[in-house]
Amino acid sequence: MASLLPISFAYPWLLLGLLALPLLIWLLRAVPPAPVLQRFPAVGLLLGLKDDEAQSDRTPWWLLALRIFALAAVIVGFAGPVLDPKTPPAEGRGDLLVVMDSTWASAAGWSRTRTTLEAELEAASRAGRRVAVLQLTDGTTEAPQFNTAEHWLAAVPSLVPHPYEVGVDRVLERIEGIEGNELDVFWMSDGRNWQGREDVLAALEELGPVRVYETGAPIFALAAAEFQDRAITVPVLRDVTVSAEGLSVAVIGPDPSGVERVLLQTPVEFDGGSMETEVVLELPPEIRNRITRLTLTGQNHAGAVWLSDDALKRREVALFSAQSEQEALAVLDPLHYLRQALVPSTDLIDGAVAETLLANPDVVIFADIARLADEDNAALIEWVEKGGLLVRFAGPRLAASDLSRAEEDPLMPVRLRAGGRTVGGAMSWGQPRELAPFAAESPFFGLEVPDDVAITAQVIAEPDPTLSARVLASLKDGTPLVTRKELGNGHVVLFHVTASARWSTLPLSGLFVQMMERLAISSQGMPLEEQKLEGTVWTPKQVLDGFGQIGLPSAELAGVKGEQLAEAPLSAEVPPGVYTSEDRQIARNVGVDAEQLLPMDWPTRIPVDGVVVERPQPLKGILLAAALVALLADALAALMLSGKLRREVVHGAFAAAAVMLFAAEDARAQEELPPLDPKAYAATREVVMAYVETGDTAVDEVSYAGLYGLGLVLNLRTSIEPAEPIAIDLEEDELAFYPMIYWPITPEQPLPTPAAYAKLNRYMQKGGLILFDTRDADRVSYRGTSENARKLQQLARQLDIPPLEPVPDDHVLRRTFYLLSDLPGRYYGPDVWVEAAPADAERAEGMPFRNLNDGVTPVVIGGNDWAAAWAMTENGNRMFTVGRGRGGERQRELAFRFGVNLMMHVLTGNYKSDQVHVPDLLERLGQ
Amino acid sequence: MSSEPLRFRQRAEELAAPLPGLLAEAEHLAATIQMGEHGRRRSGAGDEFWQYRPAMPGDPVRLIDWRRSARSDIHFVRQREWQAMQSVRFWADPSQSMNFASSKDLTTKARRARLLVMATAILLQRGGERVGLLGDANPPSANKAALLRMAETLFVMGSEAEYGAPDAPELQSNSQLVLVSDFLGDLASLELVIERAMARGLRGAMVQVLDPMEVEFPFEGRTVFQSIGGSIRFETQKANALKSQYYDRLKERQFELKDLAKRAGWLFETHHTDTSAASALMWLYQALERGS
Repeated sequence: MASLLPISFAYPWLLLGLLALPLLIWLLRAVPPAPVLQRFPAVGLLLGLKDDEAQSDRTPWWLLALRIFALAAVIVGFAGPVLDPKTPPAEGRGDLLVVMDSTWASAAGWSRTRTTLEAELEAASRAGRRVAVLQLTDGTTEAPQFNTAEHWLAAVPSLVPHPYEVGVDRVLERIEGIEGNELDVFWMSDGRNWQGREDVLAALEELGPVRVYETGAPIFALAAAEFQDRAITVPVLRDVTVSAEGLSVAVIGPDPSGVERVLLQTPVEFDGGSMETEVVLELPPEIRNRITRLTLTGQNHAGAVWLSDDALKRREVALFSAQSEQEALAVLDPLHYLRQALVPSTDLIDGAVAETLLANPDVVIFADIARLADEDNAALIEWVEKGGLLVRFAGPRLAASDLSRAEEDPLMPVRLRAGGRTVGGAMSWGQPRELAPFAAESPFFGLEVPDDVAITAQVIAEPDPTLSARVLASLKDGTPLVTRKELGNGHVVLFHVTASARWSTLPLSGLFVQMMERLAISSQGMPLEEQKLEGTVWTPKQVLDGFGQIGLPSAELAGVKGEQLAEAPLSAEVPPGVYTSEDRQIARNVGVDAEQLLPMDWPTRIPVDGVVVERPQPLKGILLAAALVALLADALAALMLSGKLRREVVHGAFAAAAVMLFAAEDARAQEELPPLDPKAYAATREVVMAYVETGDTAVDEVSYAGLYGLGLVLNLRTSIEPAEPIAIDLEEDELAFYPMIYWPITPEQPLPTPAAYAKLNRYMQKGGLILFDTRDADRVSYRGTSENARKLQQLARQLDIPPLEPVPDDHVLRRTFYLLSDLPGRYYGPDVWVEAAPADAERAEGMPFRNLNDGVTPVVIGGNDWAAAWAMTENGNRMFTVGRGRGGERQRELAFRFGVNLMMHVLTGNYKSDQVHVPDLLERLGQ
Repeated sequence: MSSEPLRFRQRAEELAAPLPGLLAEAEHLAATIQMGEHGRRRSGAGDEFWQYRPAMPGDPVRLIDWRRSARSDIHFVRQREWQAMQSVRFWADPSQSMNFASSKDLTTKARRARLLVMATAILLQRGGERVGLLGDANPPSANKAALLRMAETLFVMGSEAEYGAPDAPELQSNSQLVLVSDFLGDLASLELVIERAMARGLRGAMVQVLDPMEVEFPFEGRTVFQSIGGSIRFETQKANALKSQYYDRLKERQFELKDLAKRAGWLFETHHTDTSAASALMWLYQALERGS
């Protein structure tokens, strides 16, 4: 890569092509543009004219310049220029002290740090300067030694960032030990203002002038993950407000076959300028327990990894107790205290033994269970041998049984003496026994024994050569209280007391919960400091390096004491990683908080390099685009010069191109508008009555004419001014816009589809009204005999029609506008049916109305052929005769009145029925 | 068996199809000019009353208007307006150079010339004048059939010549000439015709029809100019440099034409195809009226 600062080229030899440019100049100047053939009648007038100048057959200079620019841009573009404004390492005199933060945060821009370091060392090597490199985080305490720059160049690959913070005290000591003359200090900072940075800066400035280099690489880091409400919450932090696009939290753990893979990936989003956000991961418990770590994708430093430990896990615990026949008080339930202790931190499983084992719980707890079925026993043994933990509690049944009496049962850690013992009871002498402090090798070591734990009864282990090795806790008199034995890869633990408070007060004490924790039955997810870690020794199982990679611990890293693990800051002695002790796991993570990410604000006297440096910018695309534009302009200019294009056309072309660009976007925006249903538009502009299309043209025409005629009458007499009626197709059209639907019944009409039925039911629920008209009142005087009526029954079978009754005399339908005693149509049928009033409707004032749907009946059913009575032609003539003579006209009038009342009823609801309260209101007003 | 007449008729219709177009367009154009009877503003033979004048010795007795004379002591003679019919002969340049329109929106010069001729003829015919085409064997006539015949001839005429000039073997006196052309060719033959017309005392009008491109000369760069017939070519390296020279030449040509017209007592006008034909028609019509 040849470098021509600040631009470097990927293929510099391509630049030789620039030498061809003069040739191009000569060629272009030699060739005149092609002439245009122009038909021109007045050519006769031109004959004999002479061109006054011969220069115009050459390409104009600006066109030449344009073409040369285009070609040069292509040549330079393909040579792969990269804008990389790297400042060269400064020259200096004397010795050079390179100080490297090399914390986890420097890992983010490490490759750039490394190339800069190499460049600096190369410069020092050219100048023959001696160099010392001081890594602020390496574990040593010695002052750095000066050596040749070549020596350090060779050592560069071994300089790696470490996954912890700078230990300031130690660093200050080391700086004091530095000896050198005329020191220059070159400080490769990670950009953060870590605690003590100012002190280190002051110490370094005493040695000599300080220059600072920062990569400026953005840092995204994970803070402490928490288990909350069955989900894992991980705060994500950043140090500068750069886009977090493409950043996500990956949950990594073994899949069922044991291969480690990404279990879940959730994108990270920051709000505007906020520096912190939270990612919530919801996982089923099985998967949650498999999580080994969370990482931020694309971030290669230790702060972007969160190793999981028991705190993120919820053990699955299966609880079994001997079934008690009688219902007992909850506090007497042998499992009550266990549940109380375990519920906050574990997932409990209940069920039969065989089924439960299939769910592969982490722990199985037996409370006072003596015998199991043989196959359950075998399955349990197999499960324990594969690494399960079986915890048993003693109790009356266990004591009474002969389990593990003569011979040790595989699922019992010890043999038991018959009967057990009772101490301190009413019928015995002696005091209740207390717990002895835990032995050093016990997993409970370090737990404080409270005074108030008293044991009144227990089962006694048969003395045995192996017994003492199996005791985890004992009483002050030496009798074992908790024993454990290994079985295969798993353990069997026996508490020699009950899980309830019957035999001891142990389950009532806080110690019980801590013991459960130590046995890894539960893990509280408490902060490390609060967990009782004293007296435990933890061995690192996995450690993180500065780049966030997981590796095995180095050989010299011995076990870490519990206190240290809990409290000491991360350092070379306590690197972040997963530590194990017994069955428990604790992870130490970098666990960044917002303060750790504060950027360093260097004093103005310190020169800072590199922060502004963005990543190198390839210029190829820009140059090639410029060349393309230039060539396009050239094409236009050539056309213009040769007269094929007039200037206006060129301007027009540009304008057209611009317009098309915008128009294309506009068009896209317009395409997204949904089409407007003209029927819905018409129906929502005004009040519209609708009728159902039966498919019988004659009936449909009458329906239309009927509603049209009713509309005219409504217009004349009321404030309802309906628009033209609309025919609706039950399958296709939305019904919600129509206050009333007239549905004449014909025997031939098809049954609606289920979707249409659903629509109809919804329509009626939401306050719509359907007027069913069987149009057969002339033929039948009692219901259900005509084929129309049978069809109606068929149609209505799937409709959600409420109980019906003939319109009672006091129904609001009879009085919404006119007072009506009859509801005739073309025929004078016996009954018109509406929704029945509820049985408990009070007949106060003789006006029972259901207060549902504003009192509007969802259906009106009759056979009076109202549409025929209402039917009018366009010019207002009646289409059908009704009755005979004057009586017939009266009947038609009543039919219209029914229609008016119906529409009023639909549109005003129970408003009219409220009128019954008028006398009361007037009375209250004192009128 | 009926194919022969059928084909004949078909051809006739094909030929006739554009004709109503020209005629209709010309009629339409002519309708824009309102005119009454085309009087001569002198007494003479005609139907319209002109004036009463006192009877002079020698007037025939039958000319005396007794009713007017009865109201005074002297005799009056009733004179009628002189409405002698005139004949106007037209020439529309049929040459190749007329078949040119610089843009699709414009009509060709030839079409504009024919339209002008036709519309003027219609106007004159309505005024009772006799119209005809120059070089037509038929004498000028005042009936509608003559118009139709004119339109037909105008429509089919065409010439291979690059530039046209009127040729006038016989010129009747007491008639006018209307020459419509672009006058871009050689002027010698035109001068000859005008001189002959002058000798016979004929008057007339010349309309030069030009395309806007011929007026503006909007060319740039290297250009080869070719006449419409293709027989004349002219190449230039830098057309825009010729612009002013071309303007001068065009001005000079128009000056020559105007001068020629002036000498003959004729009128000359330039018409551009991108302007309205009605203005040219108005000018032409008034020129003819003045000329008689």
